[in-house]
Amino acid sequence: MEYVIEMQGITKIFPGIIANDNVDLKVKKGEIHALLGENGAGKSTLMSVLFGLYKPEKGKIIINGEEASIKNPNDANRYGIGMVHQHFKLVHNFTVLENVILGVESVRHGRLLMDEARKKVIELSQKYSLFIEPDALISDISVGMQQRVEILKMLYRENDLLIFDEPTAVLTPQEIDELMKIMKDLVAEGKTIIFITHKLNEIKAVADRVTILRKGKYIDTVDVSMSSKETLSELMVGRKVLLEVEKTMAQPKEVVLEVKHLIVKSKNHNKNKVNDVSFKLHRGEILCIAGIEGNGQTDLVYALTGLEKVSSGQIIYKGEDITHRSIRYRNLKGMAHIPEDRHKHGLVLDYNVAENLILQDYHTNKFQTKGFLKFKKIYDNADELIERYDIRSGSGARSIARSMSGGNQQKAIVARELETHPDVLIAVQPTRGLDVGAIEYIHRILIEQRDKGKAILLVSLELSEVMSVSDRILVIYEGELVGQADPALVSQQELGLYMSGSKREVLE
Amino acid sequence: MKKFILNDNVQKILASLTAILIGFIFGFLILLFAASIKTQATNPIEGFITIITGGMRYNGIKGFGIILRYTTPVLLTGLSVGFAFKTGLFNIGAAGQFVMGGFTAAYIAIKWTFIPLEFLWIVALLGAIVVGGIWGMISGVLKAYRNVNEVISSIMLNYIGMITVSNLVFTIKDRFNPSRSQVPLSRIPTFGLDKVFGLNTVDFGIFIAIAVAILIYIVLEKTSFGYELKACGYNREAARYAGINDKKGIILSMTIAGALSGLGGALVYISSITKVFDQSLVLQREGFDGISVALLGLSNPLGIIFSSFFISMLRNAGSSLSRAGFNDEVIRIMTSTIIYASAFSLLFRDKIHKLFNKKEGK
Repeated sequence: MEYVIEMQGITKIFPGIIANDNVDLKVKKGEIHALLGENGAGKSTLMSVLFGLYKPEKGKIIINGEEASIKNPNDANRYGIGMVHQHFKLVHNFTVLENVILGVESVRHGRLLMDEARKKVIELSQKYSLFIEPDALISDISVGMQQRVEILKMLYRENDLLIFDEPTAVLTPQEIDELMKIMKDLVAEGKTIIFITHKLNEIKAVADRVTILRKGKYIDTVDVSMSSKETLSELMVGRKVLLEVEKTMAQPKEVVLEVKHLIVKSKNHNKNKVNDVSFKLHRGEILCIAGIEGNGQTDLVYALTGLEKVSSGQIIYKGEDITHRSIRYRNLKGMAHIPEDRHKHGLVLDYNVAENLILQDYHTNKFQTKGFLKFKKIYDNADELIERYDIRSGSGARSIARSMSGGNQQKAIVARELETHPDVLIAVQPTRGLDVGAIEYIHRILIEQRDKGKAILLVSLELSEVMSVSDRILVIYEGELVGQADPALVSQQELGLYMSGSKREVLE
Repeated sequence: MKKFILNDNVQKILASLTAILIGFIFGFLILLFAASIKTQATNPIEGFITIITGGMRYNGIKGFGIILRYTTPVLLTGLSVGFAFKTGLFNIGAAGQFVMGGFTAAYIAIKWTFIPLEFLWIVALLGAIVVGGIWGMISGVLKAYRNVNEVISSIMLNYIGMITVSNLVFTIKDRFNPSRSQVPLSRIPTFGLDKVFGLNTVDFGIFIAIAVAILIYIVLEKTSFGYELKACGYNREAARYAGINDKKGIILSMTIAGALSGLGGALVYISSITKVFDQSLVLQREGFDGISVALLGLSNPLGIIFSSFFISMLRNAGSSLSRAGFNDEVIRIMTSTIIYASAFSLLFRDKIHKLFNKKEGK
């Protein structure tokens, strides 16, 4: 039998949405099989079906030529299927070793046999050059290492089919390279890998074949070597997409936002979350703060927008010290913020689209008189923005935000923020989790705004985004700005060195 | 037809009705079970009819009056809990706010004789609103500034309120029975309603309660103030992000919730029928019935008007159940079942959705 896994005609229906519609997936033994699709295309659903987390309405799974019934992850494990989830499932105050054996401990007379387990873990770690320290606490090791622990967990369970769900989202460029190498080693040892992603570069780098899903439907399975990135993205989105961002040179004008020696103290430990950060933001430029997740970007943005108190330092906006001004004050003065977490900050998920679109200006005379909301205006406004920004949803202005796809939620936020006609737009990971089509759209809008003379502060973890959209790059590492670069001159590798703290320069 | 069924509001109502239906079925089973193990004469059919007619088959129009009398306070405590729910808070302290408001109203209606009696009851109501509001505000302030869970603080304030009142009863004590309070000198007028119902049970209070429910509905759904409060409730972080003062929102929500319960207390203790304070240490049932009412009414002020009436109907039925040989505890079991089932309302909505989508599909 040629295929290790065959999923045939999988259909999975959630209330109001068909997540998988008659999807086929055939994976050969010993290959890296990529699963490509936009957000909401049904990749994760399909893998959850394979891993026993969801029960499909229709379809069957054939493993090594025999029909398998996978009702829960334990069944999946029995068939040798393991999964590295996007968010790791690790116990933070356990050691690596303890995490690896959790659930499959070997026990004699109620006592743990740690020595055997340790031996096996060390052997596996050496065999696949994972460089794991078995006694380190999870909370002390880097995200990249934690991912390796997840891989080790699968190997320890002797899984033969390994599913990686968007594994590179949290890694630095160097770590991504290493992961790719590990994946190749695994395949060389006879494992089979299913690799969920929407990044075409990575597919080109490691995958043998790729199955493309679009809107829950199976589109095609192709050989990676036979297809270009352009064809792949076209298959994924269903139309031609511009992979490169088209833009002209920036023409920076006067300084609109200046940050001087900004410090945000941490409540829990002595280390400052934002430490002595200074920079200037000009009109007509896109300044990017690059860095690995959790290096103080979030707190810097919170301080700028007023969500968090500044411990010391100054924020000068249009010549005015706004360091201790309220959030509302900053909004009214023309600061807009596309937040990092659209569910936490960006939207009231239980409000409908129209209500979410007025979140910043419901209190102005445009939408209320004497305390009463003007519903006609609110819905007219929503219909207009839905039209202009192409926000798609089940029932238009009245759809509940929760029911919308991530891309359309993001479009709604972008629409709302741009409609306040800001002078400074702080966009934090504006394309996180979006598909190629939506990314292209948001990038175009950012550049359009720049050309209109707005100042844009872009915070991004995505190096390709940093390189293609920004006019100037600042790298943040452990709360400090450690490097400045021109995207036209710097390489991804060099940025990676700054981002991981291995290189730093003193900024003026 | 499909459009009608799939309409969000219609679905909500259907889900609540399903919960009620389940409660009735369960109640009937309890009656059958009780009848099978009891030795004395019981009649489950008779009992069941009593329940679904709200007991009115025995006391008719008077029964209707009794139901309305009980509806008034639970409508307000229901609004209190429901309003807090809508703004993301769980006000379990309705009982404390209720008794504090009720006592304040009684005190004013007994002591503040310098105000003409025709107006005194209005002043008493306002006093109850203020004190109930303060009682709710304490929980709000603790939550906003010290992050104390409002459930815990308001539970404790229930007991603090109950004991405070029991210790203050002496200030308005009855000359002949010092452990009890006097009867208020000024009460809510009846405007002839007592004649309609043949009993001195119904007064203007029920209209005040319904008017307040409509007012709360307008505040929540039509005003920018309600928009802010609901935003705080649904997503406090997003509200903050939009420049809404979330601390102020929490404090105001709890204050308004407390004021509603306080008013509910006043509408009982200075109602046309005499209910006086004594020193007994019992948390008032109205406070907790408010939670049931709010849940069944899905926190919608207009829904709460109906659910409060329904819960009151069951309570009236309970007092007549003994005629068929049953205890009124059956009612409590039924109410609990209904609340339990309405917690599953999402599930029911889902099922209804599926059922109708399938039918159309075929």
